[in-house]
Amino acid sequence: MTPETDGKPAPTNQSHYQGRMHALQKELISRWYRDLHGIWERQQGVTPACGGPWRGAVPLMISGNCVELLRTFDLLPIYPEINALQLAIKKQALEYLLAAEEMGYSTDNCGYVKADVAFTLSESETPLKTRLPKPSLILCNFVGCNTYLKWFEHLAQFTGSPLFVLDVPFLRREEPSPGDILYVVKQLRELIADLERISGAKFDIDRLREILKLSAATEDLWSRVKSLTKNVPSPFDAYFDSTTMMGPLYVHRGTKEGLHFFDETLKEFEEKVGLGAGVVPEERFRVVAEGPPPYPTFKAFRDLFTNWGACNVASTYSCVGGIWEFGFRHDPRQPLESIARHMIIHNVTNRSYPQRYEQIRRYIREWKADALVIHSVKSCRLFSAGQGDMREYFSKTLNIPTLFVESDLEDPRYYSHAQMRNRFDAFFESLAHKKLTQAGRRET
Amino acid sequence: MDVGSTQTKAVLLDEGRRIRGRALISTGANVTRAAERAFPIAVEAAGIQPRDVAYVVGTGYGRYKVTFGQTQITEISCHAKGAHFLFPGTRTVIDIGGQDTKVIKVGPAGEVEDFSMNDKCAAGTGRFLTASAEVAEVPLEELGALSLSGTDPVRLTTVCTVFVESDIMSYMAQGRRLEDILAGVHRAVAARTVSLAARVGVEPEVTFTGGVARNVGMVKSLEQKLDLKLNVSPESHFMGAVGAALFALEKALWKESSRAST
Repeated sequence: MTPETDGKPAPTNQSHYQGRMHALQKELISRWYRDLHGIWERQQGVTPACGGPWRGAVPLMISGNCVELLRTFDLLPIYPEINALQLAIKKQALEYLLAAEEMGYSTDNCGYVKADVAFTLSESETPLKTRLPKPSLILCNFVGCNTYLKWFEHLAQFTGSPLFVLDVPFLRREEPSPGDILYVVKQLRELIADLERISGAKFDIDRLREILKLSAATEDLWSRVKSLTKNVPSPFDAYFDSTTMMGPLYVHRGTKEGLHFFDETLKEFEEKVGLGAGVVPEERFRVVAEGPPPYPTFKAFRDLFTNWGACNVASTYSCVGGIWEFGFRHDPRQPLESIARHMIIHNVTNRSYPQRYEQIRRYIREWKADALVIHSVKSCRLFSAGQGDMREYFSKTLNIPTLFVESDLEDPRYYSHAQMRNRFDAFFESLAHKKLTQAGRRET
Repeated sequence: MDVGSTQTKAVLLDEGRRIRGRALISTGANVTRAAERAFPIAVEAAGIQPRDVAYVVGTGYGRYKVTFGQTQITEISCHAKGAHFLFPGTRTVIDIGGQDTKVIKVGPAGEVEDFSMNDKCAAGTGRFLTASAEVAEVPLEELGALSLSGTDPVRLTTVCTVFVESDIMSYMAQGRRLEDILAGVHRAVAARTVSLAARVGVEPEVTFTGGVARNVGMVKSLEQKLDLKLNVSPESHFMGAVGAALFALEKALWKESSRAST
């Protein structure tokens, strides 16, 4: 490091980029919560202030979600993971975590599970001041996480709603066996029969095809948005800003509103690329992020990157609900098969480590990244176990500077800002030095 | 200025990179005040005036609280810099401080190549040794020397700073020799440190820094566990501050040369 280059990192509490996309996202997510509130009001025998054609609501998992099937029956999705992360980001998670621990959940249990279960039992208002309806069905589209199986079982028990467990085989090789696809398709047919019964609507395959057509178009736009971070400087942060875009992607995929959102988002970021405007004032480092962000300290965590002019140009977390940037699209010609393929193959949590490595390698290569940052989640051993080896592989075998940090996606008790900042500062200090000496070598 | 969680260290270098003054105080509750208290001690030891100090670099947990510092650099970079200055062959730094254990992989020019640290919990750090000393009722500075006469070290089930108390008590109740208990304490910290070191890979020469480097028992345990000789210097305790002072000197000289060229 030399005196010319390091300097003080900027003070914390940076104001982060807030564009049209962020405003539009807020609007869409609020409308979704209001619609869910409308269903709740109807369940209370009150005429809802804001209507909607909804026949009920179904909680399901983000990973490999089949929101299109629900939409076919005018059923709205509830994502318990989004409820949990909203609590964390609004700094309301701890009271629910403690309540769950009082009930007997272990401190080591998944933070999402504890916060959501305690929240559900409390029948409180959501952080958006709305209420959630009693689920018509609890759909555990079990993908890669067997803790979630227990989560949804508990939700079913506590709410008294029926449970449907969709068993998705884990992807160990590049391609699943034809039997795996068939196995999931057969379960989807059983699910359709259940959805017909609870919604009172007949399954209309043409409607599903229409929805899937909109999904495929949305996925196309999302992929184009994601490829824009290949530009230098990157027009948005593919970790933090992508998290914002993930709401509409999972809630509104297969709708005109969802398509419109990504259309506008693409335009906004293309404009930024045209102007050469980056998301950080001076892009010094391009980073790939692995693992979910710590939602209780979302903004402070983002500052740790921004203070150093570091921008995440790709993230595996933005693929938990689906990997589309490498070409997969829902296919209206093969509706159920393509939903099954999405569930089994095209989302991060159902993939083996060699595949997760390959995805990160591609990001580093194709998105021209300097480094990898792994944020490991203490209360999620299932997805985080193996990230120590991942660090070894990228830092030692591939010689990619890799930072490994741990806290939690929901539980603020695992986060120590001074320690976290120390690691980030030291990492970027050494990265600054490396870049400088590399540049020096190129010049001589 | 190295404002650590437990102690604040200051080192003053002259243009010839000679140590002219130093200070060592307890950080206490007021971190900002700790830096303000340590600075005049070092300045006075050097026999100069505060205004003669050309550049101040803050490091350690309290680096952002060094209000009069021009730059902040993490202790990871500073320990690497200091260790390389005193032992130019350093490729690995083991730094055990009050609440942190760090293992730093260092490049040929003293730059940080990689590092690993203990997580949020202070298990197996300096605090663990302090807690052990308190339970055993041994002054901290005698802890290491006493452990060297242990011949049959006990096996501790924990490096937890909280649970070590009951572990030590139970061995004492069993009538085990104090030296053997303390040898076990040091062995447990060494094992924990070496597993942390394995993450970045241990490459000789290894330089031991931080307050715990003054503990001869810890030096011995680590050397046994790593099967190599450690570089230890009387300055090891001040290594972070030495590194910070070296950075400060570079910056002061650069400032001067850029002023001269304009």
